[in-house]
Amino acid sequence: MLKEVPREEVARLVALFESKGALRVGAAVLQSADTLLDLYGEDIRARAYVTHDPMRGELMLRPDFTVPVVQMHMAEGQEPARYCYAGTVFRMQEEDTGRASEFEQVGYELFDRGNRAAADAEVFALIASALEGRGLRAAMGDIGVLRAAVEGLSTTPERKGALMRHLWRPRRFRALLERFGGRVAPAPSRAALLKRLENEPAEEILATAGVMMGKRSPDEVLARMARLKADAAAPPISDTEMGLLDDLLGVRAAPADALAHLRDLSVDLPAILPALDALARRFDALADAGIDLAALEFEASYGRTSMEYYDGFVFGFYAPQRPDLPPVASGGRYDALCRVLGQGREIPAVGAVIRPALLAEIAAGEAGR
Amino acid sequence: MSVLKLGVPSKGRLMEKTFDWFGARGVTLRRTGSEREYAGAVEGVDGMELHLLSAGEIPAALTDGRIHLGVTGTDLVREKVAGWEQRVEELALLGFGQANLVIAVPACWADVDTLDDLDAAASAFREAHGHRLRIATKYHRLVRDFLRQAGVADYALIDSQGATEGTVKNETAEAVADITSTGDTLRANHLKILEDGLIHRSQATLFRARGGDWRPETRATLATLCEKLDI
Repeated sequence: MLKEVPREEVARLVALFESKGALRVGAAVLQSADTLLDLYGEDIRARAYVTHDPMRGELMLRPDFTVPVVQMHMAEGQEPARYCYAGTVFRMQEEDTGRASEFEQVGYELFDRGNRAAADAEVFALIASALEGRGLRAAMGDIGVLRAAVEGLSTTPERKGALMRHLWRPRRFRALLERFGGRVAPAPSRAALLKRLENEPAEEILATAGVMMGKRSPDEVLARMARLKADAAAPPISDTEMGLLDDLLGVRAAPADALAHLRDLSVDLPAILPALDALARRFDALADAGIDLAALEFEASYGRTSMEYYDGFVFGFYAPQRPDLPPVASGGRYDALCRVLGQGREIPAVGAVIRPALLAEIAAGEAGR
Repeated sequence: MSVLKLGVPSKGRLMEKTFDWFGARGVTLRRTGSEREYAGAVEGVDGMELHLLSAGEIPAALTDGRIHLGVTGTDLVREKVAGWEQRVEELALLGFGQANLVIAVPACWADVDTLDDLDAAASAFREAHGHRLRIATKYHRLVRDFLRQAGVADYALIDSQGATEGTVKNETAEAVADITSTGDTLRANHLKILEDGLIHRSQATLFRARGGDWRPETRATLATLCEKLDI
């Protein structure tokens, strides 16, 4: 089967990105499965094609360019650096949704330790200009605000850590929040264990539980029992804070209105103020870059389900008349990804990709109407 | 060729019970030739052919059009056939071969009884050991979908095609996701099933391939068979 490659669109985008000073880079199609599994866990196996090499072991057909570009930059890049790339990425479709399992991506990545708001705005404005006149709608969010809100809750560091770990899994995040807020009772088995821990030493409970085996040690079991006991003694997250968090997650408005709403919330949740200041600086930088903010929508929950490791600014461009299609372009700040790949090194990075075939498909659909 | 091809498991209790189930409804399935030959015959309905296949091969035989009907476990179909509802139809649950796919952890994990606990333990385990908590299974798709739905993170699936219960003791995995009917084997290996760790309840099922070579004669034979089986 022949694959249609939207060559003209790809060439136009690459030329545009290069004109902004981006160095064009490539990436191997075969990527280390270990690296991707370590980053994304088992879920990546449902999304990426896995293959096997007799010497290198398990490999994956690249599901995106971001990881190899970050690795290349860490190995040899100077900052600030701008890269662009174009090529096929591969995404396994487990359900028969009719979505493409291989498609072209053209991307732009910016590594800059200077002004983050300006870097965010540079990438967004560049993508907006590349897509101008195509009738697309842009949505944006900021995971940083949500992170700051969780960090600012008056509860234990362990609970905050658990919530932070599941920022990108909204259902588990919600379940944890309900439990930490005392809105759902613990499972009967948990209640029974806590009751026993009141009267018996944990060592005894462990000794009667069963034969010790496996790599998870008795100390780890004891440590967790101690954590459970401490957690049971911690007061629930207050109704006020629960309400504030709900309110924050539901914010969805034009940027100026969203910011005003968030500022109101910050009266009771002052920990989000620095994140709101950063958000305001980004909005200013976007306006300076010529973006009409009033035409945009800010959603506080945007990007939570699909973009793990995007930990600040996130955005996407959609065709409003084609809700069946994935975003035509998406991007954001992924400092957290760099931190993991760089084993703790701070490498601020923001980037975005465009799917030229979707642009062509939308244009064809419009012409046919 | 307009013969209706039925695939059934080629050995063991699953084969015997399938033969009994059809037999009780007036359709005799039997092996022809020696024990080692995978040939069979159908009596009671004309125009049918019996194919003895390994139970694990039946899902693929259904989707690639080698057989029109097949008896196998719902667990195998859901694991091996992506978008199974579009590709096969469940004609009848046969009421035997019941087995549950469950997540089990060492009984000595006094702090872990639910998926919520498993997730928290996985997080701490990864921090302590530098790798994800390993779950041994042969049902990768089912387990992964289940854990994703539940929002469990920091685990990795390890392939285990047999003696899965032993992987924890051997330290090749920390937990297992395996098929069990009574839980006895898991208990004997010092494992306990998570309270909310039931992934799938399986039983032997008669499936019909939605695709493949369906001609008017094969459809007529199927109608006769269904009438006889009262399904």
